Order: sequence, then structure tokens, then C-alpha cells
Amino acid sequence: MLTKRLIACFDVIAGRVTKAQQFQDNIDVAPAEELAARLYADQIDEIVFYDITASAERRKIDLETVRRVAGHVFVPFTVGGGIRSLDDMFEVLKAGAEKISVDSMAVRDPTIIRAGAEAFGRQCIVLSTQVKQVGRRAGIPSGYEVFIDGARQATGLDALEWVRRGESLGAGEVVVNSIDRDGAASGYDLDVTRAVADAVNIPVIASGGAGTVDDIAAGLTDGGAQAAIISSILYSPRLANLGVAELKAGLAARGVETRPFLDETGAEAGGAR
Amino acid sequence: MIGVIDYRAGNAPSVSYALAHLDLEHRLVAGPAELRTADRLVLPGVGAAKATLDSLFEADLVDALHERVLSDRVPFLGICIGLQILFEHSEEGDVDGLGWIPGVVRRFPDSVRVPQIGWNTVEPTRAHPVTDGLVAPAHCYFVNSYHCDPADPDDVLAVTDYGSPFCSVAGRANIVATQFHAEKSGPLGLGLLERFAGWEPRC
Repeated sequence: MLTKRLIACFDVIAGRVTKAQQFQDNIDVAPAEELAARLYADQIDEIVFYDITASAERRKIDLETVRRVAGHVFVPFTVGGGIRSLDDMFEVLKAGAEKISVDSMAVRDPTIIRAGAEAFGRQCIVLSTQVKQVGRRAGIPSGYEVFIDGARQATGLDALEWVRRGESLGAGEVVVNSIDRDGAASGYDLDVTRAVADAVNIPVIASGGAGTVDDIAAGLTDGGAQAAIISSILYSPRLANLGVAELKAGLAARGVETRPFLDETGAEAGGAR
Repeated sequence: MIGVIDYRAGNAPSVSYALAHLDLEHRLVAGPAELRTADRLVLPGVGAAKATLDSLFEADLVDALHERVLSDRVPFLGICIGLQILFEHSEEGDVDGLGWIPGVVRRFPDSVRVPQIGWNTVEPTRAHPVTDGLVAPAHCYFVNSYHCDPADPDDVLAVTDYGSPFCSVAGRANIVATQFHAEKSGPLGLGLLERFAGWEPRC
């Protein structure tokens, strides 16, 4: 059976993982390479790396840090931030990523989704969205609007229309990142996550707001997501942290199956070895 | 020396990082002459079938691959799209593959979320030196919209369930191929790569 995934999110500035609240006030956590090695050893299911200032600064992604992280991560590794062209995608894949996250640039130029899917396969293209509850109004029938550039810029796009369009253009996964909940540790926005999960047939990743095991479990059940992005709960200096093993045990106790923890012999817990 | 085939649509670096972590001697090979110097070969992949085949032809790698794998019988490991293009035909882009393993590649039905992305259980259907470390339930990482359907059941080495069972490891003679990303399946996947590096096919 396909299990649910726990994805650690790295918001990277100058080679270091930082932690923000509502996309602002980033505080320093650790060098990206060091944290990646630690989380791989802790058996995280996946890592996503955002070069969070690349897009706003109109510069290329920090490939050197991507390479250094990739050397420690033998689980899936997605990279995003400042991707503008097929050549940018190609460089990120060559640096050791196997999935590419597009966000603000895809809103500016949606054809990049199709071009990427045609060149590298749709499973390679992750459409990341920053959504904010703005109330139902003309042009925003779902009440959730897409924002870009670190949640600073409204787009006038309806969140559900945008993810459907992204799927039809060739996105292989969609991340629903709640701006209102980012770094708040008050739980994912389950309403918009569920609405997106119902709107598309590609895997949906909940993001923004998980502070407890209950929050993660809710995103993966009531929210309808296939994967949960976490960061604060793993390493925010602002709250008590939990390890991957504790999170997975907690999810299992709530009936949510993830990749089992491997013991020292390499056997899966509960496996028949 | 393991040759990791490096073509435009591939993710050869990910495989290279994994082999380096395992201290296995390897090299990225991008042209036919380099490819012929390798005594075992890995064909990684993240791309679409047609883009992958086009890249292999453009890099003039196909004849060298046929020669080394089918005539010289060097051990060969295909990963993900590197599995799918070994078959006769793929529904993805309606293209013909290399035809090394009889059968076709089909899309998952719309009744499941496509692509399949995540950790799913791999159950070996028969003993094989390369898959020996995968003791059920062994979770490995998949990213695929299509899956192979070998014509000969003997070519099925392991199965995985996604809506219905599909072949997740295929192989015959000196060829073995995983639909999951062995290089991205944590310790179990690294174990498979290590076994492949020591595999001496009897054929």
C-alpha cells in the first residue's frame, strides 16, 4: 500500500535553513547540509529545499548548496526557488534533485509547467502554491487567492482554478501552502487542502501550520493530502521539537501509515525478518 | 567500474551520489566510447519515455548499449524510466522501447491518483541476488504514472500494489530493473545498489 509521506521543508538563505512566520522574520536554524544529513539519518521520507530569496532577488538558485545537500540525501529531494527556464530545471536536476518545485515563476509564465513536464516527465514538476483566505468574491469563487513572491504579491487567481490549470499543464504534484498558517503551528488549513485534493487527481501536499502530531494526522486524513510538509515541529527554535521517529509513531497510533522506521539491522519495524 | 549513463533527461547525479556514499567505483558515462569501458551499467531516469529515448539516440548511446548488454552481457540495472524503455512499447507518447524485455508499459487507471508518488511496498515474487535484501514489507520510493507489464511472468521479480498489482522489479539474464528509485529509497534502496554492484549473473 502507498503510504503517506512526511516531508521536511528547508527555507534556505545563503546555504542555511531558516524558519519564518507568515513568510517573514526568518530566524537561523542550521547549515542546510548538516540538517539534511541529520534528517536523512532520522529517516525523514523526503526533503524539499526552497531557495526562498532567489525569486524576489531575480537571481539563479544556489546550486552549490543544492549539490552539498544532495550528497547526503538518499530519499527524494525537491528543489525550488528562482526556476525560470528549462535550462534552470536541467541544472537543478544535474545538481542532484529529482523533482523541481515551481511557484511564483509558474504564475508569471505557466508554460514553464508544460515545458518541464514534456522534457522531464510530469512527475518531476511540483506546483507549489501560496494561498490566502480572502473571502468569496468575483474572480475568487473558492475564497482562496494565490499569492507569489514570498506571499507579498496578490495575483487575482483563484486557488482552485490555478491548481486545476497546473494539473492540466502537466504538474505532477501540488503543494498547498497556507499563508495564514505559515509558521503559526495552529494546524494546516484543512478546508483549502481538502478542496484542492478534491479538485485535482495528482498527489496533494499540505503545507503551512503543523505544530503537533494531531495537526499532521488531520492534514493527511481530513485534509485529504498524500503528504505533509513539516518544519517548525522538527526544528523551530520557537517551539518544542519532535523527532521523525516520534512523529511516525504518533501518526501510526492515529491510524496514519507512513514508511516504517528501519531498525539498526535495516529491517522494517514489524517486518518479518 | 559501474558506468552510470548520463543523458539530458536523466538523474545520473542522484545515482552517482548514492554510489559514492557506498564507496562503489563508478563514473558518469555520456558517450558510446565511455560506455564501452564500463563493466556494469546503470540507466537512471526521471523523464518521459520519448524524451529519454530521444536523448539516448542523440548521444549515440543505443548501439553501444545493445552491444554491451545483449552481446557482452554486462550486468545492467535500469531505474524508473530506465526500466520502462526496456520494453517493446510504451503507452506514454506511444513509443517503441528497446525491446529487451517482452511486454508493454501502461498508464495507471484514473481510479487512482496519477502519478503514484511515495513509499509503497515491494514484494519479491522469486529469489534474485539483486532483490534479496527486500524482505516484505519493504517500502521503496516510487514516482510513476506508467508501469510495465511483462509478457513472460518469469521476468517479474517483484510486485507492488497501486489500485491493482503491477510489476515493480523486472529482469531477465543480466538485466534487472526497478520501477522505484533505488537511489532514493533510503537504506533498502542503497542495499539493492550494493547487491547489484556485486552481482555476477549466470547467463
